[in-house]
Formats: sequence, structure tokens, C-alpha cells
Amino acid sequence: MAEFLDILGGLLMAAGAAFLLFGGIGLVRMPDLYNRIQAGTKTTTLGTLLVLAGVACIEPSWGWKLLLIGLFLLFTNPLSSQVLARAAHRNKVPMAASTKVDRLAQDHGGES
Amino acid sequence: MAWVRDTGILFVTLLLFWLMLAGSLASDVLITGALVSLAIALLFRDGLSFFTELRPTLAAITTGFRYYGYFLRELVRSNFRLAAIVLSPSLPIEPAIVKVRTRLKSRMGRLMLANSITLTPGTLTVEMEGEWLYVHWVNAETTDTEEATARIVAGFESYLEVMYG
Repeated sequence: MAEFLDILGGLLMAAGAAFLLFGGIGLVRMPDLYNRIQAGTKTTTLGTLLVLAGVACIEPSWGWKLLLIGLFLLFTNPLSSQVLARAAHRNKVPMAASTKVDRLAQDHGGES
Repeated sequence: MAWVRDTGILFVTLLLFWLMLAGSLASDVLITGALVSLAIALLFRDGLSFFTELRPTLAAITTGFRYYGYFLRELVRSNFRLAAIVLSPSLPIEPAIVKVRTRLKSRMGRLMLANSITLTPGTLTVEMEGEWLYVHWVNAETTDTEEATARIVAGFESYLEVMYG
């Protein structure tokens, strides 16, 4: 049983690391800041959650604390991304040329 | 006396977190935790916590669990979709900032909605003004407000409406 959990934990951690890697690739490949934030937020959240789940399988007695860390991540990760994106938009960080429409700039047209 | 209740809820939530982290019920741990929790709860009187504005009904709690199930599924989907985008050589993105509207009234409901949107496929909340949310969309399928609202907001809103209103 313990062996099975060890293997499961290792697999979960590997999956988490893979998502974190995709996030890293996304950071390099995406054309502008907003798309980069998108790549960064989603992958770090799921990637870290999977790593935490893997640790919980290997070391079940840490379960509660890991659950708390996971909840904390779920709340703070998206918030920090939103604040970064908002600050960037307010400071008029340029968007990729392929951007179809920017309703936020339209609604705040003219004012700076 | 709504603030007494809100402060109480925040205090209990913080204390619960502390006890789970400390993993012990010794009196010194308990006293330290209670004092610090009380100080924080009083300092951040109108702050939000996990249970703030949660409706005290059974339906709200069961919906809460279903919401987390739905949310985790969306999070996984969003990661696979993103992985597919960054790994494909042509980088197929069509970004746009679209405007969507929410029916949710409570602060906590709106916060959870904004967070959920950020963690689901291709969307990132950029700005929030009252009932309007501005969302950055990696693969904008539509730029129409009504359409975008139906695609981005509606799924989570139906859960959060029962939980927070």
C-alpha cells in the first residue's frame, strides 16, 4: 500500500512539474504581457496543486497542512495575476498586434 | 451590528487555519492563535474571508462542494488547452479584452467569480467595475458582450449565486 502511494505521489509530482514546464514555455513564447500572465497563472496553480497532492500521497500525515497551502494558492494566485494585469493595463503596456479588440480601452477612451 | 458578526466569522476562520497549521491544541498555541486572530480580525474589520457572506443554508454548502468539483475540472481543462497552445508551432492565439456582466451582488461572490474566471480556459480578469468585468481572452471566440457573458460567466455564476448571492 505504502509503495503504491509512493508511486502515485511520484506520478502526481511529475505531472505537476510537466505543467510548470509548459507554463515556462508559455512565458517565453507568448507575444505580450497579458498572454504571458495567462500562461503563468493557470499552470503554476495546477502544477503546484499536483505537486502538493503528490507530497500528500508520499507523506499522508502532512495532508491537512498541504490542503491549507493548496487553498491559499487557489485564492492568492489568481488575485496577484489580476492585480498585475490591471496595473499593466492602467500603465498602457502595449498588447500584441493580433489583439482583436480591447473593450477596456474603448470604455476609458481618451482619459489617461 | 453586522460588523460584530463579520469580525467573528473572520476570527473563527483565522483561528481554524492557525490550529490546522499548528496541529496542536496545547494552551500556549491556542492562546497565541486566539490573540493574533482577534487582532487581525479587528484590524481588518471589513476584510473578506472564506465564509464571509456565505449563505447559511444547506443548499449553499452542497453547491459549494459541487462548485469546487466543477472548478477543478475547468482548471485541468484550462491547463491542457494552454499546453496545447504553447506546444503547437504556430501558437494559435486570438487575444482580446472583452466585457462581461455579472448578476452577482455580494463582494465575496464577485471575488470568487473573478478568481474562477482567471483560472479557467484562456481567460484572465483584468478590471472590475461594479457589475462589469473586463476579461482578457487568449482565444476570443466572440467579442460580443452578451455572447461572452454566456460563455465565460454563466457556468460559475449559477453556482455562486446559490452560495453567496
